[in-house]
Amino acid sequence: MSNPSNLKYTASHEWVKTEADGSVSIGITSHAQELLGDMVFVESPAVGRKLKAGEECAVVESVKAAADVYAPIAGEVVAANSDLDSAPEKINEDPYAAWMFKMKPDNIADLDDLMDAAAYQVHVDSEAH
Amino acid sequence: MGAKMVDFGGWDMPVNYGSQIDEHHQVRNDCGMFDVCHMRVVDAKGDGVRAFLRYLLANNADKITLPGKALYSAMLRPEGGVIDDLIIYFMTEQWFRIVVNAGTADKDIAWMKQQAAQHAPQLTITSRDDLAMVAIQGPNARAKVWQVLPQTKAATEGLVNFQAADCGEYFVARTGYTGEDGFEVMLPKGKVEEFWYALNKAGVKPIGLGARDTLRLEAGMNLYGQDMDESINPLEAGMAWTVDLKSERDFIGKAALLANLPMRKLVGLVLLDRGVLRGHQHVHTAHGEGEITSGSFSPTLEKSIALARVPKDVQIGDTVQVAIRDKMLAAKVVKYPFARNGKGLI
Repeated sequence: MSNPSNLKYTASHEWVKTEADGSVSIGITSHAQELLGDMVFVESPAVGRKLKAGEECAVVESVKAAADVYAPIAGEVVAANSDLDSAPEKINEDPYAAWMFKMKPDNIADLDDLMDAAAYQVHVDSEAH
Repeated sequence: MGAKMVDFGGWDMPVNYGSQIDEHHQVRNDCGMFDVCHMRVVDAKGDGVRAFLRYLLANNADKITLPGKALYSAMLRPEGGVIDDLIIYFMTEQWFRIVVNAGTADKDIAWMKQQAAQHAPQLTITSRDDLAMVAIQGPNARAKVWQVLPQTKAATEGLVNFQAADCGEYFVARTGYTGEDGFEVMLPKGKVEEFWYALNKAGVKPIGLGARDTLRLEAGMNLYGQDMDESINPLEAGMAWTVDLKSERDFIGKAALLANLPMRKLVGLVLLDRGVLRGHQHVHTAHGEGEITSGSFSPTLEKSIALARVPKDVQIGDTVQVAIRDKMLAAKVVKYPFARNGKGLI
């Protein structure tokens, strides 16, 4: 699956989407869900939690492995997607629609430090062996 | 075939071809095939082979008298730890076939040869590196094998569970590692590719190591290296049913087992809270600490399940706490297997 060009990406395989209200929603990339396989558990961060960039804040577990999800930028958690609690497979079915949590960024300009779709693809290719 | 490959004890093995959960259900509800060429076939031949195995193994080779009948057993260190778990097939009084795990095959064979040199030097122990193995498992598995290998049908349709027939180039055993009916077929390496693609053409889907692990876990079958190893007493690994301590027969490890009463036991866990049980997580019980040896998500039960080694006084029905990351989650102690023959048992 190609990575949408309107999103930003991290080296740890999160995607970040800027919403109309200035918040950002965060999920894991198609590449990440493909590596992990069938998702069976998602734990999102608590609403109100303040996160530093790069902080471990959520967990996804597939049948075969658990993986940490990191805050792509600093900010406060303003929403968690509780739909994923009962249907974690949505991450496999449509990874770029299955957002895990939303943050209000401390500084929206921090997004500029993240990768665009093309740079992320180069990163994915460089990790492949 | 679109497989995701992983290194497994030096073998390049497929983890999953598509969805691991779909592959799991495929085996429980229909059938699937596993490339198990990494498993090692060993032939023990010569006069007195049964007497040798009676001494070598914790289970009693005398239990199998029907030709082709198989027996699951532990092979123990003199100190009582498990060198490997294996299956022996009684073919004739001069020939038993043994199937051992991949990762332990070399040390197993060295141990068997060393013991044979001491106790039965007339025997030959041969690693059958010329053979490959494919497991076809599921309620429709046998019919698919007969469709592809019609010449084996007459000799194999009367096989009871845990029995094999030697059909010339094809050695067909009604055994497996999934809790479903099916066959494990051993055949010359040069024939395996053709066999694999013929099965696939007949509609048998390939199943990866990932689903193999959830199937065996649901079926309550141990995985060597995870649920037991050379440091573990088999009586603390759910293997008491395979260890024959009642007869007067002596076997390697028996004295150690009699001298060391088990203080722990293997139980099943079903997670009551949301999350996934995994190997090495700590288990807190009213009788002390335990540890998960194998844990995953059960596609049949749609819950997380595990095998755990806990203090012996823990009882079926108890609730225990499992440490997962920064939380303590509740799990119920259950009798396993969790699922077999297409159905959940919990």
